Amino acid sequence: MSDQQPVIKCDSVYKIFGKNAEKMLQNANGKVVAEEFQKAGCVVGVNNASFEVNKGEMLVVMGLSGSGKSTLLRCISRLTDATAGNIYIEGEDLLALNSKELIELRRNKMGMVFQSFALLPHKTVLENIAFPLQIKGSSTKDSISRAMEMVDLVGLTGRENYFPRELSGGQQQRVGIARSLAVEPDIWFLDEPFSALDPLIRKEMQDEFLRLQAVLNKTILFVTHDFDEAIRLADRVAIMKDGIIEQLDTPANIVLNPATEYVRKFTEDVPREKVLKIKSVMEPVGDETDFSDLRVSEDALIETVAEAVLGDPKSVPVLNANDDIVGVVHSSKVIHVLFGENSTLESNA
Amino acid sequence: MSFINYLSERPKLTQLGIVLIVFFILMSMTGQYHDLIVERHLFAKSVVKGEIQSSAGFAESMSMILNWQLPPQLVRIPELTFYHPVINTSATYVLIALLVTAGLLYKSFAESVNKSQWLSVNWFQIISKGFVGIIVGLLFIPTLYNWFFGEVTSSTFWEIPTMLENFSQYLMFEFWLTPVYDPEIDDYEDYGRVRLFTRAIGASLLFLITLIRELLIGGFETVVSLANVFSDQSGWDWLGENKDKWYSSIPAIPWTVLTAGAFILGYKLKGVGLSILAGFSCIYLAVFGQWEPAMETLSLVLVAAPVSVLLGVIWGVLAYKSRTVERVITPLLLVAQTMPHFSYLIPVLVFFGIGDHAGAIATIIFATPPMIRLTLLGLKRVSPEVLDAGMMSGCHNYQLMFKVLIPTARRDILIGVNQVIMQCLAMVVIASFIGAKGLGFNLLLALNQLRVGQALELGVCIVLIAVVLDKLSLAWANKQTDYFADLSFVERNKTALLFVAVFFAALLFAWFGNWMFADTAKGINYFYTIPHNKGITTEPFWQAGVDFMVSTWRADIKIFNKWLLVEVLMPMKASYLAMPAIATFVLTMGIGYIIGGIRSAIVIGLFMLFIALTPWWERALITMYMLTFAVIVSVVIGTIVGAICVQNKRATKFILLVCDTFQTFPSFIYLIPVIMLFGVTDTSVLIAVIVYAVIPPTRYTVEGLRNVPESLLEAGDMSGATKLQRLVKIEFPLAFPHIMLGVNQCVVFSLFMIIIGAFIGTTGLGQEIMQQLFSGGNIGSGLMLGLCVAFIGLAVDHLIQTWATKRRKLLGID
Repeated sequence: MSDQQPVIKCDSVYKIFGKNAEKMLQNANGKVVAEEFQKAGCVVGVNNASFEVNKGEMLVVMGLSGSGKSTLLRCISRLTDATAGNIYIEGEDLLALNSKELIELRRNKMGMVFQSFALLPHKTVLENIAFPLQIKGSSTKDSISRAMEMVDLVGLTGRENYFPRELSGGQQQRVGIARSLAVEPDIWFLDEPFSALDPLIRKEMQDEFLRLQAVLNKTILFVTHDFDEAIRLADRVAIMKDGIIEQLDTPANIVLNPATEYVRKFTEDVPREKVLKIKSVMEPVGDETDFSDLRVSEDALIETVAEAVLGDPKSVPVLNANDDIVGVVHSSKVIHVLFGENSTLESNA
Repeated sequence: MSFINYLSERPKLTQLGIVLIVFFILMSMTGQYHDLIVERHLFAKSVVKGEIQSSAGFAESMSMILNWQLPPQLVRIPELTFYHPVINTSATYVLIALLVTAGLLYKSFAESVNKSQWLSVNWFQIISKGFVGIIVGLLFIPTLYNWFFGEVTSSTFWEIPTMLENFSQYLMFEFWLTPVYDPEIDDYEDYGRVRLFTRAIGASLLFLITLIRELLIGGFETVVSLANVFSDQSGWDWLGENKDKWYSSIPAIPWTVLTAGAFILGYKLKGVGLSILAGFSCIYLAVFGQWEPAMETLSLVLVAAPVSVLLGVIWGVLAYKSRTVERVITPLLLVAQTMPHFSYLIPVLVFFGIGDHAGAIATIIFATPPMIRLTLLGLKRVSPEVLDAGMMSGCHNYQLMFKVLIPTARRDILIGVNQVIMQCLAMVVIASFIGAKGLGFNLLLALNQLRVGQALELGVCIVLIAVVLDKLSLAWANKQTDYFADLSFVERNKTALLFVAVFFAALLFAWFGNWMFADTAKGINYFYTIPHNKGITTEPFWQAGVDFMVSTWRADIKIFNKWLLVEVLMPMKASYLAMPAIATFVLTMGIGYIIGGIRSAIVIGLFMLFIALTPWWERALITMYMLTFAVIVSVVIGTIVGAICVQNKRATKFILLVCDTFQTFPSFIYLIPVIMLFGVTDTSVLIAVIVYAVIPPTRYTVEGLRNVPESLLEAGDMSGATKLQRLVKIEFPLAFPHIMLGVNQCVVFSLFMIIIGAFIGTTGLGQEIMQQLFSGGNIGSGLMLGLCVAFIGLAVDHLIQTWATKRRKLLGID
């Protein structure tokens, strides 16, 4: 973790829908029980959410429908006002901003991608992408040339004069992504961006997304209901249920150490070799000297090197980013990951 | 036994049976009044003469009912005169008031979680509902009791028209006076500010209309007339000083310029097709010698339509922004959209006088409600994510409204614009009743003189203007910009330049025309203008056609006409009039109860009560009989035609096109051919109504059947259903809610047309409205009559909407 201040910081954020939400929350003294609120006609959207997102980090919020994940995102983008708690964007108190400051913040620092794309039907691809710039007051020429850059970036070159209705879902979401990036925001919100797409297209868009993130290195809050998507993309994952964050950790830790029964249900079917890195199965270098010629990186996913390691009878040395040997990995360990019981794997995680 | 089982499994059917049985029992109980109520007004006359009692007391009523005879007040409400509202605080009524309050509060109390805090939390509700209880218990129920069983003096309800009339007179002439200088008597005189205000609105609209009109046909006298206003005020004789100057007599634009402009505009906006349509429409107007009235009409529309659109969008946005505005405006819109065109004319007549401006104002009032509704609908349909996207792009309120919401809702707003143009042209003829010049006035004249050929030509003119304006506005709205074309000034402005070139060329032509046509007998410069009725006319041809048809088929038509009147219409009318009022209430409220429960029954009952309490109950019955007949026939024809056409893709396309085209025809047009064939009778009105009202059921049937999911049809096919079985068992049940919405529209269309039909002589509410209009306009009666028509429409609308919503929910379609 860097020593800079976090880009997004949530401090016991609550969002409760209903008439007397604030009053009831005060009476509850920080102990919110969803059922009690429901009886009084209130719905608990977000229940005591506290976390930080650092610069360049991607936090994926995962939960099923009704778990409050989108509500959390809307609170942080202040599309709805949180009922209680504090949200800081780069140290600035979000809830204290007046509408003018909020507009400035959104114009310069935030970008958002929506599940149903939310493109303006009367504008072409190019006009849609240029829209935030024009709202900001950029000249037509500047905004159009910037929008053309974005069109190239998301690979829609040649389709800039199409209307949204003439594009496929994947292409529409590319436009949505380009639009959200047009103002070069620091913070990037994505609200189930790939949920409305076909599985194949979704995979393709996830790859595209990872490629973009590698280039742009934004601070990202990504909401999804797809657990596989979450662990595939995330630096850290927050799993939500009924408004409560059940667990917030790296994908590997979540798979290896599910904090609750609810989380475990998700992790059960996840192939661990796709989540775990060599780091989590390596052992310290012992007395042996008879290493294999093969070298693997500690950050490699097991899936990608399993075949090579298994094909080697000797222990394989593991390198860190500086090419120093930091441990060894035995084929027996890898076999464990691939075919073994869950419980045996929790030592090194 | 099995019959009772059958009924108990179908509660709705049982209810309907009971309602019908009660209805027919009541029908048979008119007894001594039977002959009186079949003829209009006889009942009231007998009451006035003292031949029959106007009402019977409670005990007497009971004994009459036991003798199979309805007491008079249940037979005909309106002919009776009633008590003023009564307040009675005797113990019985206090108890009723308390019971009503308790009933209203019961649900809230039963559902509350915390019973001990209920009183303090819901104090406002308790007070307001208590107030309702007191009104109902101490005022409403005693009044009702007195109405039906008490002693009778006079009815306040019958005085409402007079009260409204007096109020409007007070508003115009006595309220908030201010002295204004009157040059004619050279002194100051007191004027009502309201009147000055309406005058000012009228004058400014008139100025705009005149300006456009003079640009197009009259020549530039506006400069002069405006100068005249100033000279009157200041004593500076601008006109006298500048009489010889060139700008005091600029001629109007030659028609050729406008026609060329139409070609160019059409091409620029859409392409060759629209260009040809717009251009040739102009040529048609000119060649048939209707250029001048057409331009008069156009000037009216060009002022009224933008104003309506603007007002509509403003109110739509306000209603979107504020729940309160929406709540207030929604019922008003509902009423406004079911009020017949004519009833708008009377208030306008009273407040704004007669003339083109009055026509424009009536048009604006008539055309704005659909615009408001569609704007609101469109804004509400914008997906919340798009709204969020706009907010996240950093829009402030103004940008959110004008860059995100309104453009995204564009489809509905455009339909609104479209509707406004259609409504404006539909009003063109009707507005001529209060002095709007143009095609409408000429059409009216032609219809009055039974010059069918000319009416036909004029009708085509109106339709052409409607279609061209419609298409042009649509094309304009769909225009998009090209950011990459790197064009020179000339390329960018080539259409404008072309127009300028054409403009001067046409001026030159017109100038040459002075010599070219100087030698001809009439001496008319056809390159400059074609005077009214100096063009080609096909009137003799049509007249000959009509004569031929009438002489060939006269006997057949007469027989048909007579059969329809004697065998169908007269008996139907008689049976409607023979209904005692109480039976009508039982029937309508009973159907309301079956469809929508107690709430619907009350809503329908209140609508009917309003009509029953006005002096026009039997008029309303006549209107209702025509309505029933027209709707039944239109719906039968419409659904059958729709169902047949939908079997074939090409036929579907064709029938939708026909519907689209027919819908652009202003309603008055429909009267032309029927007068041609059937002359001035009830039959021709009904046929016009049916032709006009058959459009919505046809369209909705086609749409409804087409929208049945493909998978269900395939499921039917795989179950081995024949085409007919599939239609009857799958497609129709699913499409039925949608078809019912078509029926709903059919009712409104029919009502409008029946009222318009009064122009050629029907005897329902329409005739009464026409009389009010021609007798100088009693604003109270006019409005009340309008409301009567609107309430008939709204009652049907309420029933159908409630049913369709329930049904859709049941079927799970949205």
